[in-house]
Amino acid sequence: MVGSAAPVVEVKNLTREYLLGAERVLALRGVSLSVSAGEMVAIMGASGSGKSTLMNVLGCLDRPSAGEYLLGGVAVGPLDDDALADIRGERLGFVFQGFNLLPRTTAVENVALPMLYDRQGRFADPTARAIAALQRVGLGERLNHQPNELSGGQQQRVAIARAIVTEPRLLLADEPTGNLDSRTTVEIMALFQALNDDGVTLMIVTHEDEVAAFCKRAITLKDGQIVGDVPIQQRRAVVSTPGAAP
Amino acid sequence: MNARALLRLAIQNVVRNPTRSILTMLGVMIGVAAVIIMVAIGQGAQGAIEERIKNLGTNMIVITPGVATTAGVSGGAQSMPSLTIEDADLLRKDAQSLVAVSPVVMTRTTVVGGQANWRASIYGVDPSYAEIRDWQVASGRFIDELDIKGRKKVCVLGATVASRVFGEDDPVGQLVRLRDVPIEVIGVLKAKGQTAEGADQDDVVLAPYSTVQTRLAGRQFIGQILGSASSPDQLDLAQSEVKLILRERHGLSESQPDDFEVRDQRQLAETATSTTQVMTTLLSAIASVSLLVGGIGIMNIMLVSVTERTREIGIRRALGARRGDVLAQFLVEAMVLSGLGGLIGAGVGVGGAWGVGRLTGWATTVTPSTVVLAVLFSAGVGVVFGWTPARRAAGLDPIDALRHQ
Ligand SMILES: Nc1ncnc2c1ncn2[C@@H]1O[C@H](COP(=O)(O)OP(=O)(O)O)[C@@H](O)[C@H]1O
Ligand SMILES: [Mg+2]
Repeated sequence: MVGSAAPVVEVKNLTREYLLGAERVLALRGVSLSVSAGEMVAIMGASGSGKSTLMNVLGCLDRPSAGEYLLGGVAVGPLDDDALADIRGERLGFVFQGFNLLPRTTAVENVALPMLYDRQGRFADPTARAIAALQRVGLGERLNHQPNELSGGQQQRVAIARAIVTEPRLLLADEPTGNLDSRTTVEIMALFQALNDDGVTLMIVTHEDEVAAFCKRAITLKDGQIVGDVPIQQRRAVVSTPGAAP
Repeated sequence: MNARALLRLAIQNVVRNPTRSILTMLGVMIGVAAVIIMVAIGQGAQGAIEERIKNLGTNMIVITPGVATTAGVSGGAQSMPSLTIEDADLLRKDAQSLVAVSPVVMTRTTVVGGQANWRASIYGVDPSYAEIRDWQVASGRFIDELDIKGRKKVCVLGATVASRVFGEDDPVGQLVRLRDVPIEVIGVLKAKGQTAEGADQDDVVLAPYSTVQTRLAGRQFIGQILGSASSPDQLDLAQSEVKLILRERHGLSESQPDDFEVRDQRQLAETATSTTQVMTTLLSAIASVSLLVGGIGIMNIMLVSVTERTREIGIRRALGARRGDVLAQFLVEAMVLSGLGGLIGAGVGVGGAWGVGRLTGWATTVTPSTVVLAVLFSAGVGVVFGWTPARRAAGLDPIDALRHQ
């Protein structure tokens, strides 16, 4: 398989500029990086440094102004809008700061959502898969709860279940713990670690060192450029398993 | 996404916001109900008119005096009534395609009876009048040849006149006075009801035309000559034959227009049905406007809904939905809303048409095709008016949509 040999993510000289009226804002200026399967990367940097812009490009939600992006060895640049949508559905998983669950919709229905757009008939029983994913994130008891009946941490677990239910090659999380208290943050990061242990490749945006400490590698952005890319020496770990978390 | 998933999604969204859904559907509901009720009234009227025209008698030809003033020139002597008994006699004798001919000598006077008086139209007719106009006798007998020859002082009463003058009593064998002439009632006609124009057909007294012409004083004229063709496909032939005979008899030169008019059921029916068709069209056009307004209502709510659900759209796009998926979702939702509104509206319309019929006594006719068309049309309204909101939803940029508060 070509995909297993090639890095999950490979970007070269990525730039992204916004036009604000007459003013040009360079959100990314020549970013190059490579992420292999099984990695767990923290993307760090101050507010406005370009972290979200990078994640949007990597998530195929946005296109770079220049540069090359290979996802699993496949060049994304020439693909059309529909093909990008298909890639998002098939190969990527998203976790957002604001959870982004559909209101008035149960946990199971929320988790089953991405399978609705599957065009390859990969999923025979979406509901069963959704239930399994919710059990994996420790929400087996909250299957039919709606978002407004769940705590912030529980909502983020639903979102994570939704992100992994299609078994994506890459899970992208933009400040996933930004809206959570410190205890819940630890639980969510432990869950990410457990997923990573199961082989999921993760890229997690954060500006907190305590959060980054759960990852294996930290990339730091400043003004749209990579200013640091280091492995994390003393990785934080939590003893309790995510399935047992309340 | 397949059609079933789209439909399920649309129904879910409709059910999750019941109040908004009902308010959205209301316009289409009212529109469809209005269309169905209006068309039912129109078609009912049309059916009633057709029924009444059939009641006039089959294969009937009506000859009326008068100049066709199409060319703007009217003939010389035409202020005088142009039809005579002799015309009728000639037609009876010479017109091969007519099986029956009856003059109608018309006058109006008071029918003086034993208990009450009543003003009615008096028609002097031939015995064949009953066959031509399809009149049945309820009791007694109709006028016969002997009555005509003997100018007998007899008459047959329409149901209205009979009940006005004699109440519950049987008029047959009794005397009435018409312009001081005592006349024996020999029969009573079966009731026919109203004409399309609302005139009471039973408010009539029939007498031998010879009697009316010679024994009743007062203004009288030959209002019509009625004829009956041997079969419906003889009607054209009969018309031209009548024209030929009458033109020759009236001594009209080729340049002169007819001083009479010949019509048959078809023309009568055409005029009447074209009038009701205009009415039906007008009514349904007015009702369609409300359907249009309903469609605009759907567009309005759907546009608001797209704005409200911008984030949802962003989420769906991030999870793999193509633009086409979003477009289809909103389009199907608009269709389900308007189709459902149409379906409920159809129910209301069918009930309403029935109610209107009960309340007013009008004949209202709901045909299945009207209902099916109205519902399909309302779903079409959903597609047309759902298009703009759906396009807007599909055109949203996923990142902007996700960021939307
Ligand atoms: N849609 C946009 N239009 C214009 N400028 C933008 C847009 N998105 C981001 N930017 C700018 O790009 C820079 C990087 O933003 P962002 O990637 O959101 O940073 P971070 O996520 O690290 O806080 C900022 O200066 C921001 O103002
Ligand atoms: Mg950001």
